[in-house]
Amino acid sequence: MSGSLKGSDIVSIRDFSREQIEQILNVADKMVPVAKGEEKSTELEGRVLGSLFYEPSTRTRLSFEAAMTRLGGRTLGFDEPKGSSVAKGETLADTIRMVDAYSDVIVLRHPQEGAARLAGHFAEKPVINAGDGAGQHPTQTLLDLFTIRNEKGGIDGNHVVIVGDLKYGRTVHSLSEALSMFGAKLTFVAPPTLQMPKEHIKHIESKGLKPKISNSLDEVIGDADVLYVTRIQKERFPDPAEYRKVAGAFTINRTMLREAKKDMIVMHPLPRMNEINPDVDGTDHARYFVQAFNGVPVRMALLSMVLGGME
Amino acid sequence: MKEFKVTPIRNGTVIDHIDVGMSLKVLRIIGVRGDVNSTVSVLIHVPSKKGAWKDIVKIEDRELDPKELDKVALISPDATINIIRDYNVAEKFVVEVPERVKGIMRCSNPSCITNKNEPVEPEFAVETKKPLALRCTYCDRLTTDIAENIV
Repeated sequence: MSGSLKGSDIVSIRDFSREQIEQILNVADKMVPVAKGEEKSTELEGRVLGSLFYEPSTRTRLSFEAAMTRLGGRTLGFDEPKGSSVAKGETLADTIRMVDAYSDVIVLRHPQEGAARLAGHFAEKPVINAGDGAGQHPTQTLLDLFTIRNEKGGIDGNHVVIVGDLKYGRTVHSLSEALSMFGAKLTFVAPPTLQMPKEHIKHIESKGLKPKISNSLDEVIGDADVLYVTRIQKERFPDPAEYRKVAGAFTINRTMLREAKKDMIVMHPLPRMNEINPDVDGTDHARYFVQAFNGVPVRMALLSMVLGGME
Repeated sequence: MKEFKVTPIRNGTVIDHIDVGMSLKVLRIIGVRGDVNSTVSVLIHVPSKKGAWKDIVKIEDRELDPKELDKVALISPDATINIIRDYNVAEKFVVEVPERVKGIMRCSNPSCITNKNEPVEPEFAVETKKPLALRCTYCDRLTTDIAENIV
């Protein structure tokens, strides 16, 4: 993918160069006052977003709707396939062709990997991937990068410690690959059974980086600039006692943060379960709610760029 | 005295230099089953001139089409194809792994959208040729277990 994003599909973070990502983050910066409601915009007035959520989502769906609304556009679609023609067995390809005719841009969340790429083949309008199964979730990656850049003044050179379920967590795969593009120092902290897959580590090493692998948060927290926490899912463990032990070892609390640098930030894609104790919320480290808000300006930037409003 | 384990064929295809042990998979992927009307000979574990071992398949009265040749290339990239017409080798070439593989393999990822009931042909980009690894254009999954996924 090169040059203007007008008319482009946003499927995988791997499709983007560093320059393109920076361009999106720059546009997102300009969107912040509108996202906060401090300024008004009619940039996408009369434009329609087709929003197809085959799986439940709170943040992603609402922030896309907020983004479209803040720019003066409208949203149509469904937030669960029940009651739609999908429930009658319609193929994704047919649903996409129909929505393509009703809207100017399509946002898709789907349980099957590769669904967004398939949608892109059948739609003439741009398709934005809002998560395809265990596959890609590029808008989450972009808002994570946006958060790190804004909160730390840049991405390069920061030591990002990513903790939690690194094997199955889709956000951490795209995020770590994108961070490697920016030259961030990476450490992966997880129980051995949930460590980062070799394929992703190889991809990161191909960028000239050597990520550190650890299973102890205490060992690395003092050196972190960003602590990115993800959920460890109970269903990954056949033994509930084992789950409690592992989950307990990777829970962030205020006491643990005494070892951290003063300006270290804690991020989480949310929803959280127990992995960040609520006593962290009031500290200067917590950034996960700012991060959730950042979904709006970043998605505004993407909608605006693929529809050709902004370069 | 020269010993012929299998006699020459008049018309058809000889697939030589098949990776040893892969000949039965070659037969399966090119659709040779019990209901053939011409003779099919299979030689397993034959010494090759290079001092190694190979398999050979001879199919009488049939020439493989390009899609079938691509399939053979995927599971035995060093195989050579000899097209025989009237006892003479009319054409001889080494199979070639295509740059993109379309419509002859399914994705090994059961959660890939191409394994659902969608009107698309699975498509792959060749990531590495030796060992052969194919990346799904849709779900990005790398497939190395090629023979099991050929359709």
